[in-house]
Order: sequence, then structure tokens, then C-alpha cells
Amino acid sequence: MPRVVRTRVELEGRMTDELALVEGKDLPGWTGERTIVGTPTTRIDGAQRVTGRARYTQDITLPGMLHVRFVRSQHARARVVRVDDTRARELRGVRAVLHRSNLPKAPFRGEETIFREEARFVGEEVAAVCAESEETAAAAIRLVDVEYEVLPHVVDLEDAISEQAPRLDEKGNVSESGSHSRGDTERALRDADVVVDATYRTSTQLHNSLETHGAVAHWDGERLTVWESTQHVFGVREGLHLALGLPYSRIRVICEFMGGGFGSKGGAGKYTIAAALFARQLGAPVRCVYTREEENLAAGNRSATLQHIRVGWTGGRTGRISGLEHISYSNSGQGRWVADPTGPTNTLYKIADLSTKSYRVVTNAGSLSAFRAPGYVEGTFALESALDELAEQVRVDPLELRRRHATSIDPLMALRYTQKRLLDCYRIGAKEIGWSRRKRGGTPGSAEHRRRGMGMASQIWFGGGGPPAFATVHLNPDGTAVIRSGTQDIGTGTRTILAQICAEELGIGVTDVRVDIGDTDAPYGPISAGSLTLASVGPAVRQAAADAREQLLGAAAGVLEVGKRELRVEGGRIVGTSRQTTIEEIFDQLKNYTVIGRGSRFPNPSETALNTFGSHFVQLEVDVRTGEVFLEKIVAVHDIGRVVNPLTAASQVEGGIIQAIGFALTEQRVLDRATGRVLNADLEEYKVPTVRDVPPIVVRFVDVPDRRANNLGARGLGEPPIIPTAAAVANAIANATGARVRTTPMTPDRVMAAFAASRA
Amino acid sequence: MNDVRLRVNGVARQTAVPDHESLLTTLRERLGLPGSKNACEQGECGSCSVLMDSELVCSCLVLTAGADGRAIETVESLGADGVLHPVQQAFVDAGAVQCGFCTPGLIVAAYALLRENPEPSDLEVREALSGNLCRCTGYGTILAAVQRASRAMYRR
Repeated sequence: MPRVVRTRVELEGRMTDELALVEGKDLPGWTGERTIVGTPTTRIDGAQRVTGRARYTQDITLPGMLHVRFVRSQHARARVVRVDDTRARELRGVRAVLHRSNLPKAPFRGEETIFREEARFVGEEVAAVCAESEETAAAAIRLVDVEYEVLPHVVDLEDAISEQAPRLDEKGNVSESGSHSRGDTERALRDADVVVDATYRTSTQLHNSLETHGAVAHWDGERLTVWESTQHVFGVREGLHLALGLPYSRIRVICEFMGGGFGSKGGAGKYTIAAALFARQLGAPVRCVYTREEENLAAGNRSATLQHIRVGWTGGRTGRISGLEHISYSNSGQGRWVADPTGPTNTLYKIADLSTKSYRVVTNAGSLSAFRAPGYVEGTFALESALDELAEQVRVDPLELRRRHATSIDPLMALRYTQKRLLDCYRIGAKEIGWSRRKRGGTPGSAEHRRRGMGMASQIWFGGGGPPAFATVHLNPDGTAVIRSGTQDIGTGTRTILAQICAEELGIGVTDVRVDIGDTDAPYGPISAGSLTLASVGPAVRQAAADAREQLLGAAAGVLEVGKRELRVEGGRIVGTSRQTTIEEIFDQLKNYTVIGRGSRFPNPSETALNTFGSHFVQLEVDVRTGEVFLEKIVAVHDIGRVVNPLTAASQVEGGIIQAIGFALTEQRVLDRATGRVLNADLEEYKVPTVRDVPPIVVRFVDVPDRRANNLGARGLGEPPIIPTAAAVANAIANATGARVRTTPMTPDRVMAAFAASRA
Repeated sequence: MNDVRLRVNGVARQTAVPDHESLLTTLRERLGLPGSKNACEQGECGSCSVLMDSELVCSCLVLTAGADGRAIETVESLGADGVLHPVQQAFVDAGAVQCGFCTPGLIVAAYALLRENPEPSDLEVREALSGNLCRCTGYGTILAAVQRASRAMYRR
């Protein structure tokens, strides 16, 4: 019987106490060798993806389908005085226009409607047009006449902090979003022999998932079905439920294939609500998919930060850190949530006297949304750069400095980790990159004008997962199995690893498992974010597979007239007695016998900290004439407990590193402060790394099952690989040239400026 | 509207399109071939790559009206009867697919490269695929997939 347990649930560092429903007893961890889990396995849906047969949201075409485009504010801040849709409605093919004055009540993210009275960034939705073709909708938005009362705006983080800035919020533009303090940081810094006092800046990074945000809505008179490119089908259902007032049972959300999200597709968007409203109003299917420009104006970003760090040292070359202060400001745009860049500072090292504060700054820029390790990428850049600056000043090897401050206890909660193998990551990474060859001051490069250097940085993230997550495993009469769960595969390989787990537990082949996910008609699955999918859904799938196996063996024992305990399933066969048989034969005997195994995710162990760890090592060259950075090699080592699929895991790491290289070297949203416009909202001017920018990457895992974590011994991997790379690059540049670049992206002009500063 | 005749994946097709409709839109919305993806509509990402008279193009930059009489090959033309083309198989085997949205374009671009250059060097592959953006894989597996396909196709 299902029962309720109280548990602490974590999502991207935010802890909440929740009730979780579990059933039966959790399985003990696997012992001994696994044959399927841990083996490199190609994607079970690979063929669909390489042939173009995989259907993404933008590929959903329904008979009589209509198309939506948004009218967007051209002002960074303006009151919408009046919307006149007369001319737009007169255009042939236009079916309806929605705006503030005719929109039905549709509560959305704490506001009454999706169109606000005050537009607060360039690109904010002001009205929506629904037409018979995309082209007509695009033409019609130019015919919607909007009267604005333009208001003073501020888009830049540092401008918004200043006293002269227009006040965007009654309480002021700056509000504290987090703080932590232990020991006496001021005294420790005062007593320190050496203090590094530095300011770091990170630029706004745009997700640029290849598939833009979008939804297709269909109202059949009874039920609303929505196809959406999302990381959380149940989250989209929740948003639709709130906005449209429909009961859950009358909303179905489907996401079979989706083209990347990286944190930005966590729930229903205005496009979802608009598509659903039009679909219900007009009784026709409606598609609303963002263009690339809309994506880069209104679909979120990793916000820019301004970070001050003071870190002290006492005791010469055998000394220790004496006090660390980290103060961070994030440009949240109009977003209510803000990521915390001080998270890594609070937890990565054993530092007795530490003080951190983070602030959210509202501006008239497009809102931040979670972007792969939100806050941790920005904060780690500052923290790990500052520690290297300190190491350089006190002449301690940077790796040695980090080892000296290693902690086996989470310093924030004073709890022991379920497992932490960061020192192993250091050891493996140092050997792989050849850290012993690193020289203070760098080494000559491949040409006279080039210098070579090495740098490293550490990483901490969450990724322990937890309840609620449910799955069922159905056995087919032909001996194959179907997993059903309301999780989704956002490109990470969820389908494949769940099939591996099921096959391993059930005793059948991976290709004999079909994985039906991405549908709210299935048992609940959590958001695919926070590196939690594997560690949340995987244990539930294993549980369901074990339940299905036990039911099957019970049936087989009856058919074969032997004791159930004598039997097991191996390679799709029932073995253990002289009468070996296939699953198919058992079903043949029982005719339409149905096996449905059920699984739920049990809570994490209490009184422990559950995190992922890793370190990256970078070797690069810098052209001292131009400031260009040439990456030569990156070594990534991660401790994520058991690795379920080394092939997809390595791909996750490489992909994270490439996004990190973009963050470190090329990617930045450029805003015009005078108008608030994004000057590079496309893929021509916004520089996403290409295949030409990729250095050799060596991926290593500690790969020791974390037996305390969950019944798989596995933790998540989505976010860890994007976290430490940028700091490792900055540290390698400093090692090569003596110049410290404290702003991302570390473009040639910034590197040249750092040269000049280091010579001054 | 323009009456346009195309040969798409070996089949003669006829359709009427507005003056400024892109080949990508025609393929996806009129001809039932959504394998080519729409990700930027400015020829920067390569997700819509197809072959036009054997030449690799971004179909979002080609006007259908101007493509009258041309032969178009899309990702849907590769592989047959449930058997993947060696390029497709190599992408699966090398783990060069993550979300898969950029994949059809990359498959077509890699196919075009290997048809012209059976044994490309690493640099040649990078040059040929530098117009195809991938935000998930990190590209390393894609480079490996092209070499794997080259070996499979030409038994090097």
C-alpha cells in the first residue's frame, strides 16, 4: 500500500519540506558487476533522431491549424495606453487578436493576465494575433496600433544599482536574495598577511537551444491537448490549469522530442497560454513557436553579475585562507527568482571565517531564467579566479591550495556528504593534464608571440534528485517491456538510461524496452532540471522493473509448477530449473495475462548532504600580440557516483564544456543602454561555439557507486560540466601571461586590457 | 502565388507558393517533410541543410519560387527500408546525437562532404561542418561520427 513520508526536497539548491508517496520497500543497491548499466549504450531513439522522423513541437501539424505571433514592446519601459486591433482584424486570414482590453482573465506567474499594463523590456508581449498562416500572422502584428506612454528605464546592472537610476520597484532596484556568515570574517581579513580584493563581472548568456520555445494547442470540446517543447510536461499542465481554470483531468501535455532547454523551458510560457486561449476560443488547433529573435529577447538568460571578493591568507607558504567575503549582484531583469552565485563559496572549501551576500537587481532587460547551473557558473568563475590570484600572491600551487582546504563535511549544513571524491578528481585530472609540468609564470608557446599556461578549478553542484517520481513497467506478451513515466528526454539520453536500468533489473535486453515518456497521462515525473532526472526517475523505474519481474516469476512458477524462489530472468529467459522457458511462452500459457510493475522514488537519507563534485584542467596558449586564446586541451573529471551510460555521460560533459567555452570566451548579450534593445538577438552576432572552436576534451569519471544516495548509487550530471571551465580558462590565461582577466567573456580586447593592467 | 515544380527525394512534386516563401517552409509545411529543422531562418545554424542539385544549401535562404525545376534531397532521402545510411548509423554509433534538433542538418552536411571528399582530414571536417551549430554534444562525437562514416562508406 502506498504511504506518505515527510522528506526534504532540493531543486537547484532550493530546499523545501514535502510529503512524498512511496510504496513497498526501497530496493537495496546493486552489488557485483552489472552487464547493461555501466556499459556504453547507443541511444534507443537514435534512429528516429538521425532520420528526421523524430517529431518536435514545431513539427506538429494538425488539420485546420492556426498560427500565432506576438506584438512586442519596442520600448524598454512603457505603459500600454491603448491597443487598436482594427486594421489587423481587417487583414484577410486573421482570426482573432488578443490584448489587454479583450483578454479573458488568465493568471500567469502571479499576475492577472499574460499582457501587463506596463511593458518592462524590449520584446515584452503586448498583444497576440492568430491567423490562418504564419505569414499572415506576421503581417498582422505590424497592423496592431499600440499607443505607449514611454517611461524612464534602466537596463544595465551597474546603472540600476546607482542612486540616479529610475526606481523600478517600490522597494528599490536592489534587494537581498541570500546571505550566509560563519566565524568572524572581518577580523580574519584584518589579521591576514595578504588580502586579494578583486571585482569580477560575468556577461549575460543566452540559452539558444536549437529548438525555440513553442506550443501547439488543440481543444476538442472536452479536453485540451498541448504539445510543448518543455523540460516539464506536468509543469506546463500546472500553468495551463492556473491560467485557464481547467481541471487537471481535462489537460494533457505531450513532449515526445524536444530540442534542448538548458533550464529555460521549465513550465508554461505566454506562448502556451496564448495558443490555448485561441484554441479554445476558435475551436481550432493553434501553433505558437518563437522565432530566434523572440527567443533571444523573451525566453530568459543567464543574468549578468557583478561580484566582489576579498580573501585573506595567513602563514606564508604553509598557511591557510584567513577570511573570505563574497558579495554578488545579479541582473534579474523582471524575473522574480534569482540564482545565487555565492552557493559554491558557501560550500566548496573548509574556510572558518566566511561571509557571503547576494542581491537581486531589477532592470528593464529580458528576465533571467535558470540556465544550466544557474548562479554556480557565475559564482565559480569569481571564486575560483580569486583563489588562484591568492595562490599566485602567496606562491602556493593552486591545486595544493584547494587540497589544503578540502572538506568532507558540508560547511553550510554541517552534514556529512553521502559521498565526496573531489580529491580523486584532482588526482586523476592533474595526472591527465600533466600538472607537474605547470610552471609559475607559464611556459613559451608554439610561436614566439605565444605563451602557454595551465589552470584548473573545482566544482560543486546538487544533483541528488528525490521524490516525487513514479514509473510503471508493463510487460508485453512477446517478452518486451514498456516504461511509462511523465518525465521527458530533453536530449540528455533519459530514454536510453531508463531502458538500461529497466533491462538490467528485469533481465531482458535494452532494445526490448520501449520508453513512453513526455506525457501527463503517465505517472508523475519531475522537471528535467537541476541534474535530477536520473537520480529521481531512475530509482523508480528500477523499482517498477523489479515489481514486474516478481510478478512475472510468480506467474512462471505457477505455470512451471516450481517454487518462485528457484527462478530468475536472464537474457529474456526464465531460468533456474531444468525447464528453461521464454517470457513469451509463459504469456502463451496464460493468454492475456497483464503485468504492470509499479515504482516510486524513495526519500534521500536524512542528515546527509547530497552533491556532485568535479574539477576541470585547461591547457591553452595566448597570443600576446592580439589577446586571442587558443584552447589546447581540457580535462574534465567528475564524481557523480555510478555512471549508468558512459557514452551519453561523456557527451553531457563535452556539451557542458562547449557551453562553458562560449560563456568563457565568446558569448554575451549586448544591450543598448539608451534604448534597451538587444543588439545581437540572432545567431550571427551572438557567438555560439562551432565545431572549429572545440579543443581535445578528455572526460573521466571517478565512477564509484554512491551507496547512500539511492538504489542506483547514481547522481546527476547535467549541470556539473559547465561549472568550472571558465575559471580554469581564466586561471590558465593568468598562468600563461601574468594577466588576470576578471570579466567574461574573455574576448581578445579584454585580454589585451588585462595585459596592459598587469604591466602597469 | 507561383506554381513550382520540384523533384524532391526523387519524386516530382508540384505546389503553389507565395513569392517570398522559403524552401524550408515549403518542405516542412506544404510537402510533409519536417525533417529539415527551423532554428534561425538566417542561414547561421545549418539545421535546415538540404542538397539542391547536389549542392549543400540552407533551405531557409532559398526562395521556393526560385528553385523551380531543381532537384532537392532532404534528410528523409537517406536510408531506406528501415536501414540507416552509413552517415546516420555512424552518428548513432558514435553518440553524436543529443537532443537531435541539429542532427538532420548535420547528417545532410556530412553526407555532402563525404560524397565530395571520401577521406576528409579533421580540419576539412571542421571546415565543412562549421556552418552547423550544435548546442548539446560538444562536437567531438560529431567529428568522430564523420570519420566513422567515411570508413564505413569507403572501407578505408
